[in-house]
Amino acid sequence: MAFANSDYNMRKGVTDISHSVYELHMTIFLICCVIGLVVFSIMFWALIRHRKSKGAVAAQFHESTKVEIIWTAIPFIILILMAIPATKTLIAMEDTSKADITIKVTGSQWKWHYEYLGHDVDFFSVMSTPMSQINNEESKSETYLLDVDNRLVIPTHKKVRFLMTSDDVIHSWWVPDFAVKKDANPGFINEAWTNVNEEGIYRGQCAELCGKDHGFMPVVVEAISPEAFDTWLEEQKRAKEVAAQEAEALLSQTLSKAELMSEGESVYMAYCAACHQPTGMGLPGVFPGLVNNEVVKGDLSKHIDILLNGRPGTAMQAFAKQLSVKQIAAVITYKRNSWGNDTGEVVQPNQVQAFIDNNKEE
Amino acid sequence: MSTQVHSAEHAHDEHPTGIKRWLFTTNHKEIGSLYLIFSLVMFLIGGAMAMIIRAELFQPGLQLVDPHFFNQMTTVHGLIMVFGAVMPAFTGLANWMIPMMIGAPDMALPRMNNWSFWILPFAFAILLASLFMEGGGPAFGWTFYAPLSTTYSNDNTALFVFAVHIMGISSIMGAINVIVTIVNLRAPGMTWMKLPLFVWTWLITAFLLIAVMPVLAGAVTMVLTDKYFGTSFFDAAGGGDPVMFQHIFWFFGHPEVYIMILPAFGIISTIVPTFSRKKLFGYSSMVYATSSIAFLSFIVWAHHMFTTGMPLAGELFFMYATMLISVPTGVKVFNWVATMWRGSISFEIPMMFSIAFIVLFTLGGFSGLMLAITPADFQYHDTYFVVAHFHYVLVTGAVFSIMAAVYYWLPKWTGHMYCITTAKWHFWMSMISVNILFFPMHFVGLAGMPRRIPDYALQFADFNAIISIGGFAFGLSQLIFVWCVYKCAKGGESVPDKVWDGAEGLEWEVPSPAPLHTFSTPPEVK
Repeated sequence: MAFANSDYNMRKGVTDISHSVYELHMTIFLICCVIGLVVFSIMFWALIRHRKSKGAVAAQFHESTKVEIIWTAIPFIILILMAIPATKTLIAMEDTSKADITIKVTGSQWKWHYEYLGHDVDFFSVMSTPMSQINNEESKSETYLLDVDNRLVIPTHKKVRFLMTSDDVIHSWWVPDFAVKKDANPGFINEAWTNVNEEGIYRGQCAELCGKDHGFMPVVVEAISPEAFDTWLEEQKRAKEVAAQEAEALLSQTLSKAELMSEGESVYMAYCAACHQPTGMGLPGVFPGLVNNEVVKGDLSKHIDILLNGRPGTAMQAFAKQLSVKQIAAVITYKRNSWGNDTGEVVQPNQVQAFIDNNKEE
Repeated sequence: MSTQVHSAEHAHDEHPTGIKRWLFTTNHKEIGSLYLIFSLVMFLIGGAMAMIIRAELFQPGLQLVDPHFFNQMTTVHGLIMVFGAVMPAFTGLANWMIPMMIGAPDMALPRMNNWSFWILPFAFAILLASLFMEGGGPAFGWTFYAPLSTTYSNDNTALFVFAVHIMGISSIMGAINVIVTIVNLRAPGMTWMKLPLFVWTWLITAFLLIAVMPVLAGAVTMVLTDKYFGTSFFDAAGGGDPVMFQHIFWFFGHPEVYIMILPAFGIISTIVPTFSRKKLFGYSSMVYATSSIAFLSFIVWAHHMFTTGMPLAGELFFMYATMLISVPTGVKVFNWVATMWRGSISFEIPMMFSIAFIVLFTLGGFSGLMLAITPADFQYHDTYFVVAHFHYVLVTGAVFSIMAAVYYWLPKWTGHMYCITTAKWHFWMSMISVNILFFPMHFVGLAGMPRRIPDYALQFADFNAIISIGGFAFGLSQLIFVWCVYKCAKGGESVPDKVWDGAEGLEWEVPSPAPLHTFSTPPEVK
């Protein structure tokens, strides 16, 4: 179809399912067009021919059981004809059995977390479009709002099953090219699947209103060949080991305040600024400000605790699994020495690690 | 007022003046006017919020408002338009017209009528005031899905819940009044199958209201207790389920959308025969179709929730049930076309709005049918395709029908004919701009633009600019409407009792303007 993958029609997509959804959409659209054309042609014919100004005299009929039965029955038959392919496609879509690989997708405000079950690989995926583009300070890139730091990588020609859930509010994971849209509900797990035919990068967005930055929560999936995927998975595992070793080595080092502050600023802008704002002022009544905040200026261990474990019952997330020990140390240092918070304190990664170890023992 | 009025009644008729006249009125016509003026004010306020939304979306990037305020605008725009503009407008029309159409002297419960109107301004004052509190007003969408509206919202939730309770009480009281009036106060000879269709559709609407407004009240109360009193209806951590919120909400929400369209069907079924100078085709099938739609509206709610993760059997049931709605809806459209067929048609303003309604509402019906198809709905859901769909049924459907009704009965209410030229300008400006506004939304939705986002990817930019231009034009066009109605209320050419030569019904037998009290003695219905 000429309209496929255009900017004004549904995308045909790259899976068998997305193709059948597209065909279904076009079929029903065309049926509606034909019905509309017939009905409105008759109506406009009447409007033109049966005008009072042309001397039309009203007829007297006002009911006909036969006609009424006919125009109740015909739509009914058309509906049955529509329902048959729709049912077939739906049954195929809901068959999540015999998956080759399972990925757990967890939404949280406002990022996605992907976990390759059974492979010990997991990572967060956050929008990478800079604020300067959103605020019109620099020109917008081609993939404006549709780019992330870590793409979800999946193999082509394999049945990939997704398990969807959420850590806070309801999100919805959507990739138009796969015809997959499924809500991520907190406390529950939903299933969906895809089997991608073509390699490429596919972009979507969160589709369920999930708070302030709902519009800034893209989904980016890279489909690569199964061989390349296996290599990628191995690389990820190795990278994870290296990172663990580096973190271990870091614990014996003492970092300079300047280094922590610059690292802390970049972590803050990526993970904290959406709520607490780049100025640290927060949004009064919604997200607390950090300037002269009693936690930020007060007891260090409480500050570390809230960052690691979050505040249950509020939008404050637990960052223990999202950030490294070094990043947490850096961002705490940054917060305690910015926007007029002049505690002068420098927090080292080993202090954060010590806090974690102490609380494990309890 | 007639000479038959007894002296005792005369004392009763003495009116307070000034503001007290309106505060204490128990007259169905005055309360009807209050409802209509109130809904017009709300329509303009909700429209102003839509303008803010469209101004922000005119170009990609954030220009005017921050995302949190943007969410407040989409939320409050929806609440105001549904509960403040469309529903009170229909109630206002019911108040004005139902007693006159069935030959009753007034609504059956006049004091309750006063009360059901006068609590509304307070409800909306509370809702609008919450926008100025710390952290702003409701920002969780008019559908207030938990847990966004519970754990993750600020204290505006409490004010929101209180406001919705008041709106619900107002609606229920209005509905009780409509039912009691229609059942008890029909003039002798006004049998059920002689009722004007506007009365029929409102009777069915009133039953829907009584059935579902308590469900909404339950939903908001559970949100309130989840947020403030430690319950866990919608919180999995305490054994609840956030998806259950959506089931409860849409069990209210789907009949609610029919509450906003059934009276519109009644209006169109009144106007089309008048200007076709021919009786309505298939009166009884219209009544049965309306009843079937009302019944079906209770068993299709989960089609709003196909992506929440339902069992296959549930998805199939709700898909089939939803598709079925197009049968009675189709019957209505066919009946209107058959009414026009071989009529003697003229194009007065109410007729022009009605024709626009039939075409554009049907367009919204088609996109509704597409949305019913579950596999395709996975792609349409929560995109601008849905926004296009419900604005076609609510703006070019419900709102156009209200405008048709106002242009149809305004001469009866005021005794003056409005300026036809001004009204024509209003019609054509609205007609053109509303399609520039909502038609391209189908395209951006299909191309993948989610709804409720303050900023969008670059491929959606061109259409959004066009949509915004249409939005501003449509908004400004409504000022012509305000001007036209105001001028007509102030004065104009006098009209005869029967304003339209093809019109039928008791309302045309009373003088123009309709005196404060009509049918103190019941008329005889042949």
